[in-house]
Amino acid sequence: MTISSTATTTDAPLTLDDLRTLGEPIAGGQPTGDPAEAWADRKLHYKLVSPLNRRKFTVIVVGTGLAGAACAAALGEQGYNVHSFTFHDSPRRAHSVAAQGGINAARARQVDNDSLARFVKDTVKGGDFRAREADCWRLAEESVRVIDHLDAIGAPFAREYGGQLATRSFGGVQVSRTYYTRGQTGQQLQTAASQALLRQVAAGTVTLHTRSEMLDLIVKDGVASGIVVRDLISGEIWSQTGHAVVLATGGYGNAFFKSTLAKNSNVSAAFRAHRRGALFASPSFLQFHPTALPLGSDWQSKTILMSESLRNDGRIWVPVAPGDPRAANDIPEAERDYYLERRYPAFGNLAPRDVASRAARDEIEAGRGVGPLQNSVYLDFRDPLARIGRTVIEERYGNLFEMYADATGESPFEVPMRIAPGAHFAMGGLWSDYDLMTSIPGLFVGGEAGWAYHGANRLGANSLLSANVDGWFTLPASIPNYLAPLLGTPALPADDMAVIRTVAETEGAVQALAASPGTQGPDRFHRRLGEILYARCGVSRSAAGLSEGIRLIRELRADFQRDLRVAGTAAGFNQELERAGRVADFIDLGELMCLDALDRDESCGAHFRVEHQLADGEAARDDDNWAFVSAWERRPDGRYRRHAEPLTFESVRPQTRNYKTS
Amino acid sequence: MKLTFKIWRQESTAVHGRFESYDLEGAGAEFTLLEALDKLNDQLVSTGKEPVAFDSDCREGICGSCGVTVDGQPHGPVANTPSCRQHLRSFPDGSTVVLEPFRSGAFPVVKDLAVDRSGLDRIIEGGGYVSLAAGTAADADAHPVSHDTAEAALDFAACIGCGACVAACPNGSANLFTGAKLMHLSLLPTTAVERGSRADGMVEAMDEEFGPCSVFGECVQVCPAGIPLTAIAGLNKEKLRAVLRGRGK
Ligand SMILES: Cc1cc2nc3c(=O)[nH]c(=O)nc-3n(C[C@H](O)[C@H](O)[C@H](O)COP(=O)(O)OP(=O)(O)OC[C@H]3O[C@@H](n4cnc5c(N)ncnc54)[C@H](O)[C@@H]3O)c2cc1C
Ligand code: SF4
Ligand code: FES
Repeated sequence: MTISSTATTTDAPLTLDDLRTLGEPIAGGQPTGDPAEAWADRKLHYKLVSPLNRRKFTVIVVGTGLAGAACAAALGEQGYNVHSFTFHDSPRRAHSVAAQGGINAARARQVDNDSLARFVKDTVKGGDFRAREADCWRLAEESVRVIDHLDAIGAPFAREYGGQLATRSFGGVQVSRTYYTRGQTGQQLQTAASQALLRQVAAGTVTLHTRSEMLDLIVKDGVASGIVVRDLISGEIWSQTGHAVVLATGGYGNAFFKSTLAKNSNVSAAFRAHRRGALFASPSFLQFHPTALPLGSDWQSKTILMSESLRNDGRIWVPVAPGDPRAANDIPEAERDYYLERRYPAFGNLAPRDVASRAARDEIEAGRGVGPLQNSVYLDFRDPLARIGRTVIEERYGNLFEMYADATGESPFEVPMRIAPGAHFAMGGLWSDYDLMTSIPGLFVGGEAGWAYHGANRLGANSLLSANVDGWFTLPASIPNYLAPLLGTPALPADDMAVIRTVAETEGAVQALAASPGTQGPDRFHRRLGEILYARCGVSRSAAGLSEGIRLIRELRADFQRDLRVAGTAAGFNQELERAGRVADFIDLGELMCLDALDRDESCGAHFRVEHQLADGEAARDDDNWAFVSAWERRPDGRYRRHAEPLTFESVRPQTRNYKTS
Repeated sequence: MKLTFKIWRQESTAVHGRFESYDLEGAGAEFTLLEALDKLNDQLVSTGKEPVAFDSDCREGICGSCGVTVDGQPHGPVANTPSCRQHLRSFPDGSTVVLEPFRSGAFPVVKDLAVDRSGLDRIIEGGGYVSLAAGTAADADAHPVSHDTAEAALDFAACIGCGACVAACPNGSANLFTGAKLMHLSLLPTTAVERGSRADGMVEAMDEEFGPCSVFGECVQVCPAGIPLTAIAGLNKEKLRAVLRGRGK
């Protein structure tokens, strides 16, 4: 079936065995039996904490994005003593605000034949059978009341003329289950969540620490017991201890430097927990969004995302002739190749992201790319404008068109948009069990910082959902279950040796970073890392490319250690110091991403190994050998050991993904 | 193109600041203002100087983190556009551009161009929320909301919390921000329940830190979310309504 199935690393300078050892299999701890019943069954068995005892427990929630703000607010509402942290100046500003398209929910109100089971099938299949099925069922089940809750706390969801909630379709799905608020869904949900959080601040249940960055996790006798924080204004390093710690610190797509993420999104909180022992799942599963803006200049700060919802109406094409010099509107219909509609007739322009990104890359590599750098494809609204008119298009996509015109100087009403794949969403993250607890007891994870639902490829509009379900409904049920047996145990005192030691280590590390004697700022190294990752660990990957990637990243790390300059001092507000610490972690993560991609000797979802493709160029998944999640353990000496959590599927039978006919 | 930036430098809230000038060469007209600052900072760091501190995050106009006063205009020369979406094409080649932080008594300077806008969050803490616990909401389809009402609520909900309205106001008033939130939440059926106590609480919190409104309207010129002046009329209406009906209704 596969064109070539052997990944030869023998002539490469680094072999897999030099790089990692294999560890014990691990278990997800989901209830056995029908996965559709798992969540109801688990909730029934969760231990509870009585209302009067809740104040006695301190829970630390790091991150005030959708997952973190929701979790802190919901635990505060229940009466726990919550400490909430964000490096932003306000809880309203997390990266979640940038989500445009919408949030899925399996409410199945329409007669398009949606259901919980179909949601699970779409999600599991979309993720190319590398997600945990039981978690996807929980996601489906809780999705229904997520919309009710968000509506009730102030997210003004779009409504039909009859007054009901409006929905639209997203990639990889044939039903209409995406709820939205114009092109600002993330912003509206984030505003609602941060308001709910501020309500708890006003009520005194949540203590909010803004401009406060978690720099380390305090682990005492193997249990997560607190965090070390840097006050970003004063520079003071301090500790907060508690009975449980939640990391809702977002995704790591910014490892690629140019990505669709907010500039400050980073992996440091998760990676420092990883250094303290938390397993990291599927680090190489990174989604490239097919509709990002192509790069124009070297100093362009990011690849701005154009929402996938545009693919509901826009049609993607390239000229049939490579290098066609004509302007888009001068190319006649017969000389345009609507390649997604041609290659994937059943899904057409709504093919899933990984498929659409690879198809775009195929066209660009074949010389049919468009634009001054020939690094993009067209997304054209000519036909829908003629069919449904400018007013409707304006209402659906007004602010996206404006944003595009603003960034490029071209109006999508006049000429087609130009789009290209850009690093976007991290399916991988800290490994957690079914209760969202990581491999360190007491350390929980939620939102994009975790891993469980999206497998090797996330479906559009499923991650606003997962952040909300984790934050509002799952963590507030699973954390009390962890806390209940700890009744009567005080939080770790601030003068415990574990606290003092971790704070001292952090102070030392910050001082050392601040004293870096070189000549180049951290962004220079970050840009180089991004270039290496796009070239070696990007839309398509090869064994030779990945091991070369590891070599290049090691070289980069050596340069970073030698030539980094951090302007200013460790005292006070210092954004260069913040960036330097984050880039150091991105470099280590980048190497781990390449290692994971090299190790995973198959293609699945967004992870496309050129050695493993079907005759028609589609990804060749290998369920016999790779139907598991890789969970990486970082040894104290920095070497890696790979554990595996086997994946089994009860309700959705593994099959080759087919977006051509079904 | 070549530009000279005259930039406000201030080490911390506690000390006095001053202007310093820097030349930036090799920037393109397509650069955003913040990309120009990135390039300038790269230049400063590699020549052993301290980079300019400024806030930004999404770089696409939605998070409200950025906010620089450009030649006296909060956010920059193009009206209703956040700093991250202002482009160098607005400035003639060879010109001098003056960059300052948002200027307002309610926004202490943190460092250089970065300010502390947490006062806006304290207005929300005064009541800009809905008192409803997770899991207790009724079916969102059980209360129809007309298409136009939802769109109108969204017009006000679009505020990104950047604080430019405050910086533009000669009185340092936060009425546009507060009014936008009050209007947003009073238009929707589930969130309108607490209208009265919300208006009281938010206005009280606002009056503690921000100046009064004289309806100069400078705020709407700079607001990147296009919040209309009717937000301020709405605020006055909500306030009056709370007085007439009594708190909490
Ligand atoms: C451009 C774009 C568009 C998208 N559109 C959609 C969409 O339409 N639908 C959809 O479902 N998904 C979409 N996504 C994905 C979705 O937005 C994210 O996955 C989701 O919002 C993540 O939420 P979160 O709460 O996990 O993290 P975030 O919103 O990233 O929040 C992370 C929080 O952690 C804090 N933090 C991080 N590290 C630290 C630290 N060390 N110390 C203290 N605080 C820290 C940050 O300050 C922040 O508050 C989109 C993503 C992008 C990039
Ligand atoms: S009302 Fe406008 S200017 Fe004021 S904070 Fe909101 S978005 Fe910014
Ligand atoms: S950086 Fe987010 S609005 Fe400007």
